[in-house]
Amino acid sequence: MTRGPTWFNITSLVVGFSFLYLPIVLLVIYSFNESRLVTVWGGFSTKWYASLLQNDQLLDAAWVTLRVAFTSATIATVLGTLAALVLVRSGRFIGRSLFSGMIFAPLVMPEVILGLSLLLLFVAMDTARGFWTVMLAHTTFAMCYVAVVVQSRLVGFDKSVEEAAEDLGCPPVKTFFLITLPIILPGVIAGWMLAFTLSLDDLVIASFTTGPGATTLPMKIYSQVRLGVTPEINAVCTILVGLVTIGVIAASLVTKRQQIQRERDERAAFGADN
Amino acid sequence: MAKKSMGPVRREFSPWESPDHPPFIEFRNVSKMFGDFTAVNNLSLKIYEKEFFALLGGSGCGKTTLMRMLAGFETPTSGQIFLDGQDLAGIPPYRRPSNMMFQSYALFPHMNVEKNIAFGLKQDNMPAQEIEARVAEMLRLTKLEQFAKRKPHQLSGGQRQRVALARSLAKRPKVLLLDEPLGALDRKLREETQFELMALQEDLKMTFLIVTHDQEEAMTVADRIAVMDKGELVQVATPAEIYEAPNSKYVADFIGDINLIEARVAEKAGSLTKLVSVVDGFAIECDQETEANVGDTVWFAIRPEKVRIAHGEAEPGAVNRIGGIVWDIAYLGDVSIIHAKVGEDDHDTIRATFANISRMVENPINWDDKVVLTFDRDAGVILTR
Repeated sequence: MTRGPTWFNITSLVVGFSFLYLPIVLLVIYSFNESRLVTVWGGFSTKWYASLLQNDQLLDAAWVTLRVAFTSATIATVLGTLAALVLVRSGRFIGRSLFSGMIFAPLVMPEVILGLSLLLLFVAMDTARGFWTVMLAHTTFAMCYVAVVVQSRLVGFDKSVEEAAEDLGCPPVKTFFLITLPIILPGVIAGWMLAFTLSLDDLVIASFTTGPGATTLPMKIYSQVRLGVTPEINAVCTILVGLVTIGVIAASLVTKRQQIQRERDERAAFGADN
Repeated sequence: MAKKSMGPVRREFSPWESPDHPPFIEFRNVSKMFGDFTAVNNLSLKIYEKEFFALLGGSGCGKTTLMRMLAGFETPTSGQIFLDGQDLAGIPPYRRPSNMMFQSYALFPHMNVEKNIAFGLKQDNMPAQEIEARVAEMLRLTKLEQFAKRKPHQLSGGQRQRVALARSLAKRPKVLLLDEPLGALDRKLREETQFELMALQEDLKMTFLIVTHDQEEAMTVADRIAVMDKGELVQVATPAEIYEAPNSKYVADFIGDINLIEARVAEKAGSLTKLVSVVDGFAIECDQETEANVGDTVWFAIRPEKVRIAHGEAEPGAVNRIGGIVWDIAYLGDVSIIHAKVGEDDHDTIRATFANISRMVENPINWDDKVVLTFDRDAGVILTR
């Protein structure tokens, strides 16, 4: 089957990708707008990026967001990895399928409900809301994603590798850090990155659980947009899009290179056998 | 006449024959249950220092469970295991003086060959210089010097197998446990490696315990073989004894090819037992005492290579001479296996091996030829179970 692209294929491609990327492209273009009016093109300029650096409120929000994302992603990775280990490893125990079902539930639960229930919990506990409550809330739901990602990595894990380490004199906990963790590390890192991005762009749960002095970037953007979109917001969003794009491209490049290297190694090994 | 013995002796080594010799590994009434399933059933076994011992059996016979209990990965439901006089109960795998080579090799994928081999030594806090020397020695022993810096996925199957072997030998364990170590190798490489294993074991003067389902492998490498079935030991003996004097139909059938003829004990005269085949009524004389009584039904087991075959007819009433018609021939090159029909039923055949010692034969045995099968009085064994 060596068919060239048909008109139908080309049209679907163009329509599909425009649907996905046109809004983002518009946002990027308007971030370089000279005019103060968001919808009127007034010539090219980078002045909004400069003024962004002067905007302490936005910078504060960005700093809060990064701290929340970093801390919650790290804690969620630890907890999620442990949950995945238990679910994959501990064989059959009473309520195992209930637990593994429950770990998936927050993935499909409406964020509003999750946010509201967390808010009720924090109120009931009489906790001062702020950085820590947002961070805990993000940890709670990001943990499930981490567990799912790490679980998939653990399913194909040859347990005899751990037994070999113990057989050679390595106690179980040390075995985990010397053998198990390095092997599942790609899954753990992927889980951390997922948790980090989820926390970065979460608006709903953060607005439920935050308090004074802990406004995250998405919340800040949302509240400013309600007062009117400024080109500054476009600039912030463009930077975010840029960061995410760079991250995704870098990650896929690394994976691709590893795969090519691995294939080359395996060919070399096959040749060396004879 | 020189004294007859059962097969060649690899080395002057038979501590199991002296009852006072202390065992190095001892399983004492060991049982292991997995839920309702009995994997190992009240098993007792003694293995001696510097012995190359094989646990042989089909899948699910409990051989791997037995080895994993020795390594510490499974806990016996009841019974005791001793290693070098020490009761192993409650000792975790990482404190046991045995090392294991895993069926899947279980190499650490993120470490290169050198680091894989050094891993166990590092756990013992051995000085770096000594580790280096020991790793170099292991690499030389397993001919892996040029692969020291490679990662496991950069190695072929045979090389990985050698890394796994080097890693498990590096700590000089009191016992090396080999779990189907050669299963993943092709036939030629497997045979080579079997001889390498034997040489290594002699050189290092260590005790090896191998688990395998491959009877040829067990017979090649081991001083003694334990044939297991359904969690129990069926026979523990040297390879030659297992082959030439199986103690049961199970062992006879599991190891090699054998004719099993149902027969009735007709007369017991000291060391001579006379039998009559149940189905076809031919007479068999066997130089073996049996605990079966006259009139009992037993099994007469005889290996195909111990049955001579020639053109001709057997006179009625002849002893250890059976007439037949060639039913089928399997020409294997070195030998031919001839299935001779000795009764009415098509499946009532006796197999005889015919060595093809000449390239050209004047009057070859052919399909439907009348043949006579003969064998010596000490060629077969009487089995009662």
